Amino acid sequence: MSARIIHIASNTFREAVRDRVLYNLIAFALLLSGAAIFVGQISIDIERLVVVNLGLSAVSLFGVVIAIFIGIGLVSKEIEKRTLYTVLSRPVRRWEFIVGKFFGLAGTLVVNTFFMGIGVFGALLYVAHKFSSGDAQILTALYFIILQFLIICSLALLFSSFSSPLLSAIFAFALFVIGSFSDDLRGFAYLTHGIAHWIATGAAYLVPNFSALNVISAVAHEQGIGGQLILQNTVYALFYSAMALSGAVLIFERRNLK
Amino acid sequence: MPAIEILGLEKTYMVGFWRKRPKRALHPLHLTVEEGEIFGFLGPNGAGKTTTLKLMMGLVFPTGGTARILGQEWTDPEVKAQIGFLPEQPYFYDYLTAHELLDYYGQLSGVPGKERKPKIEQMLRRVGLHDVKGVQLRKFSKGMLQRVGIAQAILHDPKLVFFDEPMSGLDPLGRREVRDLMEQLKHEGKTVFFSTHILSDAEALCDRVAIIHKGELRGVGAVEELTSAVQGKVEVIWQGTQIPASMKALGAECHTTGDTIRAVIPESQQDAAIDALRRERMRLIAITPLRTSLEAYFVEKLQHSQTTAGVSK
Repeated sequence: MSARIIHIASNTFREAVRDRVLYNLIAFALLLSGAAIFVGQISIDIERLVVVNLGLSAVSLFGVVIAIFIGIGLVSKEIEKRTLYTVLSRPVRRWEFIVGKFFGLAGTLVVNTFFMGIGVFGALLYVAHKFSSGDAQILTALYFIILQFLIICSLALLFSSFSSPLLSAIFAFALFVIGSFSDDLRGFAYLTHGIAHWIATGAAYLVPNFSALNVISAVAHEQGIGGQLILQNTVYALFYSAMALSGAVLIFERRNLK
Repeated sequence: MPAIEILGLEKTYMVGFWRKRPKRALHPLHLTVEEGEIFGFLGPNGAGKTTTLKLMMGLVFPTGGTARILGQEWTDPEVKAQIGFLPEQPYFYDYLTAHELLDYYGQLSGVPGKERKPKIEQMLRRVGLHDVKGVQLRKFSKGMLQRVGIAQAILHDPKLVFFDEPMSGLDPLGRREVRDLMEQLKHEGKTVFFSTHILSDAEALCDRVAIIHKGELRGVGAVEELTSAVQGKVEVIWQGTQIPASMKALGAECHTTGDTIRAVIPESQQDAAIDALRRERMRLIAITPLRTSLEAYFVEKLQHSQTTAGVSK
């Protein structure tokens, strides 16, 4: 990787830290510790199920919100504030800027998820008093959540490269919601015929398949996650992110910075 | 080898809801800037100065034409390691301190790690910001940001520097400092290309200037050439309070200020005026050919272009 990409990524990470993005961890910690105390008092034998479900869903939701709201401003804010002028007037390729921004945001979300993951394990230990062998699958769920973030970051960047922050946020959030129900969209495509079938099938494959990346419920019920799914999801998320990122680069390479 | 060769660069934006209406921001521009000179790019607001600079920096793409910077294709990203750029009214990452910002830009420009720290210190001292350690840029005034902007433009020791309105936002002292700095850069052998609409700055600094108006180049040349003694008149200044009749007889337009008198006479009457003052035993202070000011030249070019546009309509 070019050194310039690393420098742009670290500056993006630093921006997120200085803009107090990681303060969301405080809200997360409060939510999780409150839930753990509450669940410990009202539920019998399902404490683990509730804490894992709630904890991982919160990790996902907090991360998605951060990915969308930072991602949509990564390019447009730089253009609007003209900070980009002094970056692109140096020996920095436009694609390096986009890729650096992507890695910076992805790095922020990985760090965020790491601390939230510690929080989930802490809450679990508080309610169950010990770890079980099935708890290791929480790590797989967290890994899939990070894969989701990569896709969302790349999509937010793609929209940010040609659209306003508001529209980018709407597009990215809409895709997140549709992608979360992509299994249903595939089921719908299966039931339709003719042109509707082709359109629904096309849409089902075009939107990100977040259903496959959501194993929170399975992990909460201590169901095993197969190695094949891990491999498939990894390849899928990396491919989808690379495609979205390439789209962002293609658009940004041709954009006039007025 | 010229530092900059602009070969017909032009820019037309498509405007309107359907982006079908063309709006020409820059007519084909041909311009050469030699190495080591301070070149002023003059024009009123909206003339096309910033568009030209953005084209040179690869921030906008031309509709036609090409350019060469330091002998290389201007689109080559590696050329940019040898140039510095200060945008108009610069805005930087305000969560960084001046040191952090310059460190980041130094990294992007490929300044080696060991050299960066001393260079940053030196650069901040050079622009008068040596005592801002630990202060985030969001707390900087407009003038301080302009200084940071100048520091980032020259941090990596570029051969060619582009400044877009470098004096804007600066107080008179700051403007003077920037002028001195630009002269220092010239003495260091660097080429300085700067846009401005403040003509006194251009007149004081530039070896050559170009005038652009409504996206079209209206004139280019050395400041001395453009402001040469076209009027064929000389200015005579002497000590005294009374205007001698012999001077009046020469058709001089005289103005008295305190104990000095200033007269403007045709160049052909110069010897006669000196003789007249000698006869009257008056002390001659100065006799200088009258030059057109850059401002007068600038206004004339702009008026001429407006008249031409009016006639063509």
